[in-house]
Amino acid sequence: MENGKVDRKDELETILDGFARQANGLIPAFHAIQERFGYIPKEWLPEVARAFNLSQADVYGVLTFYHDFRLQPVGRHVVSVCRAEACQANGSAALIDRLRRKLGVDFGETTANNEVTLLPTYCFGNCACGPSMAIDGKLYGRVNAERAERLLRGMGVLE
Amino acid sequence: MKVYVPRDFSACALGADEVARAIGREAERRGISLELVRNGSRGLYWLEPLVEVERNGKRIAYGPVGEEEVAGLFDGGFLEGKEHPARQGDPEEIPYLRRQKRLVFRRVGKNDPLSLDQYRRDGGFAGLTRALTLSPQQIVEEVTKSGLRGRGGAGFPTGIKWKTTLQADADQKYIVCNADEGDSGTFSDRMVIEGDPFLLIEGMAIAGLAVGATEGYVYLRSEYPLARKIFEEALERARAGGYLGKDILGSGKAFSLNLYIGAGAYVCGEETSLLESLEGKRGMIRPRPPLPAIHGLWQKPTVVNNVITLASVPSILADGAEAYARLGVGRSKGTLPVQLSGNLKRPGLVEVPFGITLEELLFEYGGGTASGRPLKAIQIGGPLGPYLPPSLFSVTLDYEELAKVRGIVGHGGIVAFDDTVNLGEMARYAMEFCAGESCGKCTPCRIGSTRGVEVMDRILSGKRDAGTLQLLVDLCDVMIHASLCGLGGMTPFPVLSGLRFFPEDFGYTKADVGPLVEKL
Ligand SMILES: Cc1cc2nc3c(=O)[nH]c(=O)nc-3n(C[C@H](O)[C@H](O)[C@H](O)COP(=O)(O)O)c2cc1C
Ligand code: SF4
Ligand code: FES
Repeated sequence: MENGKVDRKDELETILDGFARQANGLIPAFHAIQERFGYIPKEWLPEVARAFNLSQADVYGVLTFYHDFRLQPVGRHVVSVCRAEACQANGSAALIDRLRRKLGVDFGETTANNEVTLLPTYCFGNCACGPSMAIDGKLYGRVNAERAERLLRGMGVLE
Repeated sequence: MKVYVPRDFSACALGADEVARAIGREAERRGISLELVRNGSRGLYWLEPLVEVERNGKRIAYGPVGEEEVAGLFDGGFLEGKEHPARQGDPEEIPYLRRQKRLVFRRVGKNDPLSLDQYRRDGGFAGLTRALTLSPQQIVEEVTKSGLRGRGGAGFPTGIKWKTTLQADADQKYIVCNADEGDSGTFSDRMVIEGDPFLLIEGMAIAGLAVGATEGYVYLRSEYPLARKIFEEALERARAGGYLGKDILGSGKAFSLNLYIGAGAYVCGEETSLLESLEGKRGMIRPRPPLPAIHGLWQKPTVVNNVITLASVPSILADGAEAYARLGVGRSKGTLPVQLSGNLKRPGLVEVPFGITLEELLFEYGGGTASGRPLKAIQIGGPLGPYLPPSLFSVTLDYEELAKVRGIVGHGGIVAFDDTVNLGEMARYAMEFCAGESCGKCTPCRIGSTRGVEVMDRILSGKRDAGTLQLLVDLCDVMIHASLCGLGGMTPFPVLSGLRFFPEDFGYTKADVGPLVEKL
C-alpha cells in the first residue's frame, strides 16, 4: 500500500515535470493525470499549484471550470450518453430513461457495486447516426434502449 | 484490388473497424490478396459503413454493411462488383453526392487521408505553393475578393479579419483554428480533420503567410478522440514532408503548428473564451475591444478561424478568388458544408453553394423524416439557433435571407424534428444548457438562464398566466441585449421562436404570445 502511494506521487511528478514548462500546460496536465489515474485527487492540487507556480485557488478554479475533469474516482466502466438535440430528435430520451432505470443511477453517479458511472455528453459529432452512446471511450451509433441494454449485458454489468 | 472501409468516428460507431477486420480475415481465409484502405467518410451517413471496392480504377459501393454480412458479400462476389441488396453502384453517381458542389470536401472520403502523396496527387498544396509566390497583402486581397465569411457562426468576412492582423505590428502573431465544434447537429469540422487533415494544415500555413504569423494552434474538443489521433499523425507527416517548420518548402518562411485539446466546455468555442483556455486558464469570456485580431493569444495579434473557414482557403488560392465568388448568392459567397441530422431518412454532409432552399435540403437531400411522421420543425444554426416551421422552408440558405426570418446560418447544422417533439420542452432544455455552460462573467446569462429554467418549468407545469409569459419574454429581452457574449445573447432564440411558431407546445395560443414576442 505504502509503496503504491509513493509510486503514484512519482508518476504525478513525472507528469508535472513534462507540462510545467509549457506556459499553457495546466489543462494538458490535468488531462494526463486523469487519463492515468481516472480522476484528479484533490490532495494533489497543492503539488500541481507549486509545479505551475500558481495559487491553489487558481488551479482549483481551472479544474472546476471544465466538465471533463473529475475530483472523484469513477466506476470500472464509464457510460456516456449524448443529451443534445439531434440525438433527442431520434429518441434518445427513451434510451436515457432505460439506462437510468437499469443502472439505478442518475447522470454523474456511480452504481453501488462501483461498476458503472453514467455521464452526460453534449454531442459526440455523431449526430447523423444518433442516438449516441460511448462505453469506456468506444462510441456506438443508432443506439436505442434495447441495444443499450444488450451492450451493458454484454459487458456483464447487468444481470 | 483495393477495398475501402471508412475510418471516421461515425462510421466506426456503426462498426466500420469490425467490418474492416472481418474483410481482412475473410480475404485471408479465401486466399485473396487485397489492399485494405481506410478512407474518410463521404458523409452519406445513412449508408455507413459504406464499403467500396475498386477494380481497374472503378469503384462500386456497398452499404450499409454490417460485420455479419461480410462473408455473404464475398460469397455474392462483391469483389467483382456483383449484385447485392446493399449495392449502391458507383459512389460518385449516388444522386446525393453527384448533385453537391464539393470544394472543401472534394477529397474527403475518397482515399487514405494520411497519405501525403495522395494529397499532392489530388491537387493538395497547390494553394500553398501559389501563396508562397505572393506577398502577404496579395494573399489577404485574394481571400477578401473571394467573399469568404467565417463558418464558425458569426459569418464575419475573413479577409477583413486577416487584414487587421496583418496590419498589427508585433514580434509574434498567431493563427488559431477553432475546432471546438460544440454545436449539436454539426460534424463538418470533425470530418475534415479525420478525412482530409492536410487540407486544414495547408489552410493554416497560408493564413500564417498572409498575416505574418509563424505559429499556430488547433484547439480541438476532447469529444473527438479519433480526430485527435489522425491529426497528430498528419502533423508528424507534414513536418517530415517540409510543409511545416522553420523553412516551409524551402521558401525560408516558417510556420509551426500545435494541437491543443479542450476539456468539455461549450463556451470555449467562443473565440475569446477559447483563447483563455488555450492559455491554460478558465475559459472566461474577454470583453471586447480589444479584438483578438490585435490582442489575442498572450495578447499578441491572432487570427481565430473555424476549421471550415481555413479549409476553404486552399482552393481559393489554387483556383482564384473569382471562381469561389462565382458560387453562391448575394453576400453569401461560395459553398457551405451543410450538416443534416436529427429525424431524417438521409442525414449527412451536403456541401452546396449558398442559395439552395431549406426545402430542397430537407426533402431532396434529407428525404424527409426517418420516422415517416410529419416534419414539424427544424433547428438551424446550433443549439442556440431558432426553431423554424415548415411554412419557412422556402427560405434560401443565405446569411441575409435567413436573418430576415430571424434564422441563422451558424456552423451550418440543421436538426430536424418530427411531430412528436414538444418545442416547449426543447426550449426549456436550451435554457438549462445555457445555465450549465455559462462562464459566469455576466449576470443576464448566469442568473438569467437559471431563472429561465424556473419560469419554463412553471409554464410547462400549467401555471401559465399572462404574468409568467411576460416574465419569460422580459428575461429573454434582457439576455439578448445585456449579455456579454453569444451564449447568453442567443439562448433566447430557441425560446422565442418556439413561442412564436409553436405556442401550443407551451400551452398558449397565438393570440397570447403574438404581441409580446413580435417585438423581440
Ligand atoms: C457560445 C459560442 C460558442 C461558439 N462555438 C464555436 C465553435 O464551436 N466553433 C467555432 O468555430 N466557432 C464558435 N463560435 C464562434 C467564435 O466565437 C468565432 O466567431 C469563430 O471562431 C470565428 O471564426 P470564423 O470567422 O472562421 O467563423 C462560438 C461563439 C459563441 C458565442
Ligand atoms: S453571456 Fe454567459 S457565457 Fe457569455 S460572458 Fe456572459 S456569462 Fe459568460
Ligand atoms: S447530438 Fe448526439 S452526437 Fe451530436
